[in-house]
Amino acid sequence: MKTLTHLDRLEAEAIHIIREVVAEADKPVMLYSVGKDSAVMLHLARKAFYPSPPPFPLLHVDTTWKFKAMYELRDKMAQDSGMDLLVYQNPEAAEKGINPFDHGALHTDMWKTEGLKQALDKYGFDAAFGGARRDEEKSRAKERIFSFRTSSHGWDPKNQRPELWNLYNARKAKGESIRVFPISNWTELDIWQYIHLNDIPIVPLYFAGVRPTVERDGMLLMVDDDRFPLQPGEEPVMRSIRFRTLGCYPLTGAVESTASTLPEVIQETLLTTTSERQGRAIDKDAGGAGMEVKKQQGYF
Amino acid sequence: MSDIETKDAVYVTDQLIADDIDAYLVSHEHKTMLRFITCGSVDDGKSTLIGRMLYDSKMIFEDQLDALSADSKKVGTQGQEIDFALLVDGLAAEREQGITIDVAYRFFNTEKRKFIVADCPGHEQYTRNMVTGASTADLAVILIDARKGVLVQTRRHSYLCHLIGIKNIVLAVNKMDLVDYDEAVFDAIVKDYTEFASSIGIESFTAMPISGFKGDNITTLSENTPWYKGPKYPGITLVEHLETVEVLSSVDADKPFRMPVQWVNRPNLDFRGFSGLIATGGVKAGDKIRVLPSGKTSTITRVVTFDGDLDEAVAGQSVTVCFEDEIDCSRGSVISVADNPPQTADQFDATFVWLADEALIPGRAYWLKLGTQMVSATVQEPKYTVNVNTMEHMAAKTLELNAIGVAELTTDKQIVFEAYADNRTLGGFILIDKMTNATVAAGMINFSLRRSQNVHWQAVDIDRRQHANLKNQKPAVLWFTGLSGSGKSTIANLVEKKLHRMNRHTFLLDGDNVRHGLNKDLGFTEADRIENIRRVGEVAKLMTDGGLIVITAFISPFQADREMVRSMLPEGEFIEVFIDTPLKVAEARDVKGLYKKARSGELKNFTGIDSPYEAPRNPEVRIDTTVLSPEDAANLIVDTLLGDA
Repeated sequence: MKTLTHLDRLEAEAIHIIREVVAEADKPVMLYSVGKDSAVMLHLARKAFYPSPPPFPLLHVDTTWKFKAMYELRDKMAQDSGMDLLVYQNPEAAEKGINPFDHGALHTDMWKTEGLKQALDKYGFDAAFGGARRDEEKSRAKERIFSFRTSSHGWDPKNQRPELWNLYNARKAKGESIRVFPISNWTELDIWQYIHLNDIPIVPLYFAGVRPTVERDGMLLMVDDDRFPLQPGEEPVMRSIRFRTLGCYPLTGAVESTASTLPEVIQETLLTTTSERQGRAIDKDAGGAGMEVKKQQGYF
Repeated sequence: MSDIETKDAVYVTDQLIADDIDAYLVSHEHKTMLRFITCGSVDDGKSTLIGRMLYDSKMIFEDQLDALSADSKKVGTQGQEIDFALLVDGLAAEREQGITIDVAYRFFNTEKRKFIVADCPGHEQYTRNMVTGASTADLAVILIDARKGVLVQTRRHSYLCHLIGIKNIVLAVNKMDLVDYDEAVFDAIVKDYTEFASSIGIESFTAMPISGFKGDNITTLSENTPWYKGPKYPGITLVEHLETVEVLSSVDADKPFRMPVQWVNRPNLDFRGFSGLIATGGVKAGDKIRVLPSGKTSTITRVVTFDGDLDEAVAGQSVTVCFEDEIDCSRGSVISVADNPPQTADQFDATFVWLADEALIPGRAYWLKLGTQMVSATVQEPKYTVNVNTMEHMAAKTLELNAIGVAELTTDKQIVFEAYADNRTLGGFILIDKMTNATVAAGMINFSLRRSQNVHWQAVDIDRRQHANLKNQKPAVLWFTGLSGSGKSTIANLVEKKLHRMNRHTFLLDGDNVRHGLNKDLGFTEADRIENIRRVGEVAKLMTDGGLIVITAFISPFQADREMVRSMLPEGEFIEVFIDTPLKVAEARDVKGLYKKARSGELKNFTGIDSPYEAPRNPEVRIDTTVLSPEDAANLIVDTLLGDA
């Protein structure tokens, strides 16, 4: 008889969760950020409902500052999967010209946190799939797979529903919503290995390439378009780099690398000694509790 | 940076990763997965042990370690050394308290397996968290401080693990370094625990002398405990044991096939598949299956996945299966091997773990979710509760937060089940509060009660349709709800008079009148009010079976109870009439002088004063008595009933 590997079990668990949400929620949506975790999520959704296309749309809460290559893959994947793609940009942030160079933390607040809340309210989604993993960050280790949000999208870490066996309680009052994390139990290595085994398309920026960069505050940033304001004396330098995580390009640090295949990327990941989110500025606010505070305010 | 010793050989795969990443990926691809929980008292060194396993398996990165090292100096309890507990304790609130208050999940790999650790609290109040963590575990590591031996908490944790059905129990006697690795100390603890374990039915366990802090017997056999390998003890390290014990999914694969249906997959007229996670056994094309509860049989034609049809699928896999015949099967159905199906029943003996601050209300209707089945269910007063410290059975009227008790469970329709001991998926359930939607209890079915099967439903020749036809009307229940003094009885009376004049056959069940007879044994506590409504609901149902239009006028303050009555009746026959009179208006009228008594404290549990009124969310009719006269209200209700509104 077949012995299930850890990836078999993680995949089966995620598919089970995705189907439960579709069976019990009124209007589910999958948040799609075009990163590698999103790529795995989309693939799992397609597996869960095959031969039907997944019976929910993809939602990209766009900050307008993602890498060009991300927008390209996003549109291609939506087309391949036969799913609707909804792109939401916070009109207020657009109007005020909020950007990562001039506005720092406000950029994330307005485009991502506020943008997400506005998008969910606008479409009336009552369940949103997200690709967060428990191994990413300390406060996430304790989050449930089904995470309840008040009608104002707040998260109360002391008031979560117990999750026993694989029984998920998706009932909620009008206005409340759930965030669902089907890949909670996956690690970064699992994600990479799954992408490798299933040949899942990911943004080419995960692989090394020679790209224009500047070094700023100890971070290696890529000059992805001409909106990047160069400081006096700064000159883009061509370096062989890749990204371990993808977000807004002005906020995402690259690593110097020559890893151009998935096994090489995995090899580098495994041999490295710094954690994945280190390339992102977001965790460093508010001391050790940065992400926890953000989540209580409604960040994913 | 610290004096933590270097990593043990079992984890050192760096060389392989560097030399041959493809070979490493192949080996990693074939790893199996074990989920386990760790439980211990506050100072047993649980977080330290987990922290060490993460550290040793390279799941801690340098930047995290730097932060940890800084934190250790700031708030740590290990002086200048690294406090692994800080790495494992997550939320800000609990960091300040210095205790773990929730279940946290951690991950690490060895060469053979991936591990998911549920870090469970040792704190007294948190039975619910431990049960949650244990429910998905293949194995439990119960930590004991070698200096303290078997404590009350040890017994409690062991009992809970056993209750939830964990067969693999590791007794990790920790902090052996602090008792000079004394064999006699270990022997005594093992002896104590053996006695206790057999008294509660734990058949076997594996005892190990370890030190999470120093690393003894975690990944390599320690030189400090030479007596551990010999005739008395097997001398197996903790990690080696975790790598080799059998996981639940392979145990489940040997049982008969069962799969709860989650979703019917119907992309077009040519394809009809049933999707689910296989709970037990295996399935392949050609297998004869039976769909429960209908009992219809068919044959599997395909086991469909995105990656192509499978020859065979086993417990733990999410698949979609197709049948040869078009038989009824939908979410909540269970697909089973044809010749050995699970049973159906609606009354059970079950063990409950109460998870909510609000205690059980016996007789109150809750949602019950078991597999993919969702039904309405009630729980009787517990037969007993278990003192988790002494294992004594105690009498109880209810179940409060963290209580464990055995009680009778009744569902409003037959559900497909197996005893929890045989099948976790078809025997484990949760209860959900119908108002707050909170998960209030976890339950495990022990066995079904045959009572309802022995009282067979007597088939009668003249059925409800014929009764109704003779009266030339559609039976219904007009269920009035509203505060005392809102005008329910007045309007209900008018409605009945109007219907009577229209030659309709009616009957008015009035709250006060019923309490003089049928329900005179009931008081006004929450439980009695529920029973009051349940009986009225059953009587109303019998009367509709007789073809009558029933009018009821009861305060019926709780949404869940009104919903219970609604669920007793055929769709469309329950018409909820909300007599919406604001409290201050009803109190100003105070026809019977009851509000005055309630305000003075003479009357207890009075709705609106010291007992809540839950207004209907979507009543079929809402009467605002501050705007409508009783006459107009009665007309509106009659029009709604007869479909003229």
